[in-house]
Amino acid sequence: MDTRVTIAGVELKNPVMTASGTFGSGQEYGEFVDLNRLGAVVTKGVANVPWAGNPTPRIAETYGGMMNAIGLQNPGIDVFCKRDVPYLKQFDTKIIVNVCGHAPEEYLEVVERLSDEPIDMMEINISCPNVNAGFLAFGQDAGNVEKLTAQIKKVARQPVIMKLTPNVTDITEIAKAAEAGGADALSLINTLTGMKIDVERQSFAVANKTGGVSGPAIRPVAVRMVYQVANAVKVPVIGMGGIGTAADALEFILAGATAVAVGTANFYNPRATIEVAEGIEDYMRRHKVEKLTELVGIVKERGQ
Amino acid sequence: MSCKRKETAVIVSRECLLPGIFSMWLEAGEVAKEAVPGQFISMYANDRSKLLPRPISLCEIDKEKGFLRVVYRVTGKGTGTEQFSKMKAGDAMEIMGPLGNGFPLEAGKGKRALLIGGGIGVPPMLELAKQLDADKLLVMGYRDEQFLTKEFGQNGGLYLATEDGSAGTRGNVLDAIREHKLTADVIYACGPSPMLRAIKQYSEEKHIVCYVSMEERMACGVGACLACVCGSKEIDGHSNVHNKRVCKDGPVFLSTEVEI
Repeated sequence: MDTRVTIAGVELKNPVMTASGTFGSGQEYGEFVDLNRLGAVVTKGVANVPWAGNPTPRIAETYGGMMNAIGLQNPGIDVFCKRDVPYLKQFDTKIIVNVCGHAPEEYLEVVERLSDEPIDMMEINISCPNVNAGFLAFGQDAGNVEKLTAQIKKVARQPVIMKLTPNVTDITEIAKAAEAGGADALSLINTLTGMKIDVERQSFAVANKTGGVSGPAIRPVAVRMVYQVANAVKVPVIGMGGIGTAADALEFILAGATAVAVGTANFYNPRATIEVAEGIEDYMRRHKVEKLTELVGIVKERGQ
Repeated sequence: MSCKRKETAVIVSRECLLPGIFSMWLEAGEVAKEAVPGQFISMYANDRSKLLPRPISLCEIDKEKGFLRVVYRVTGKGTGTEQFSKMKAGDAMEIMGPLGNGFPLEAGKGKRALLIGGGIGVPPMLELAKQLDADKLLVMGYRDEQFLTKEFGQNGGLYLATEDGSAGTRGNVLDAIREHKLTADVIYACGPSPMLRAIKQYSEEKHIVCYVSMEERMACGVGACLACVCGSKEIDGHSNVHNKRVCKDGPVFLSTEVEI
């Protein structure tokens, strides 16, 4: 049985990654799971300088999901390179660094700083709904996405994954723009912008007023978008959005994702990543699948 | 140091202490073995529409039996805590723990210690009162009706404060401290933010070493998601900003290192 997948020339032992922002840089969940068993660890977003993030409360539970407005708190690229990269290097897994910024220069500074680091790929977060509402328009504008992708590709030494927001009218338009800019892969979806009101207190449930909704409740939206994007671009797609079980992950793979990421599920099941990886192997045995890649996108041919 | 784990606990008993306040003993041998006063557990609802664990402080730890006691408030209709309050002896519940750092017992050893609890911050002070080897004065504050007072009375000199004046000093815990002229070398406190803020100020004025147990809405409970941060006086070594993680770096902090 062969669970390996390749994204932009980087071979992952299996298609299971962590979703950025839900797994830190692996230290905390390393107490629950063997990081060597993961296809890749995608780190929490890191910026050129430390970010303090948003005021609390930063999260709220929603039906079958949650809403967060952490605001990309991160220690900055220097501490990250000194502490988190060496930590992850101890494990036999791929390292994908999620990069965030307020403006193109900030992204580029981080991307350049990463060029000499022993990391495997970077994922560019142009889709966080919780940072500077004016800037959000960036990841929602095809022209900007293409331009930023091209700028990043010019300085990046590692393959570049662009992470897309679902908060757009037509996600395939943004996906095509990222591809045209030279993206090596696309990951989707980031969280859906939402709002929750605390009716007893008659106030917003999170201090930021709006937050990003994630978890099982949003999975059908994510599967639909992964399907659309996988059929609109040639680069590999990494699917995420409410994956908690192998069956969830397989929905994305069958819809066209080459790899998948487990996010919010880590919060209610710290072993979710491993269980998804093991469950995919079980599925392959049951369905007599030799190579995992045979499953990628096959619902399209099957139709009903 | 890594000893936290996810475990299926079995409910040994459940009791309603007051309207909306419930006590539950859980059989959770592995977690109980490692737990110390001031730590908490993540309790998971069985209903998957409620994804996130509820962080609940440990009220008592019985290592011999492998039991944990939690005392919690039901936060509303249809909530996870309401679901817990309806569970019966023999029911299973997923928990994760022990989480957080706990109260430093050494800091109070052999000294005069003031243990202050307010509202639903009262429960964790009980196991601390049981384990702390010190000259203990316990000050517990309630809105009106009181709970756990019998257990506290068995573990130190107990002073009560109630907002409605139904027991002890009318007012808050600091009113009780002033009325009885209580002094101490070290303070341990858990309760709502306004109470902790006042105690922080009081202890700093009186130059008393003070540990506060903080509360914040949590998601992961293990320090990964950065939901439950509190402000820190200095740049924190882990976050590299003025933030500490309540679930992992706390919930117990030296009052001088956090902003409340």
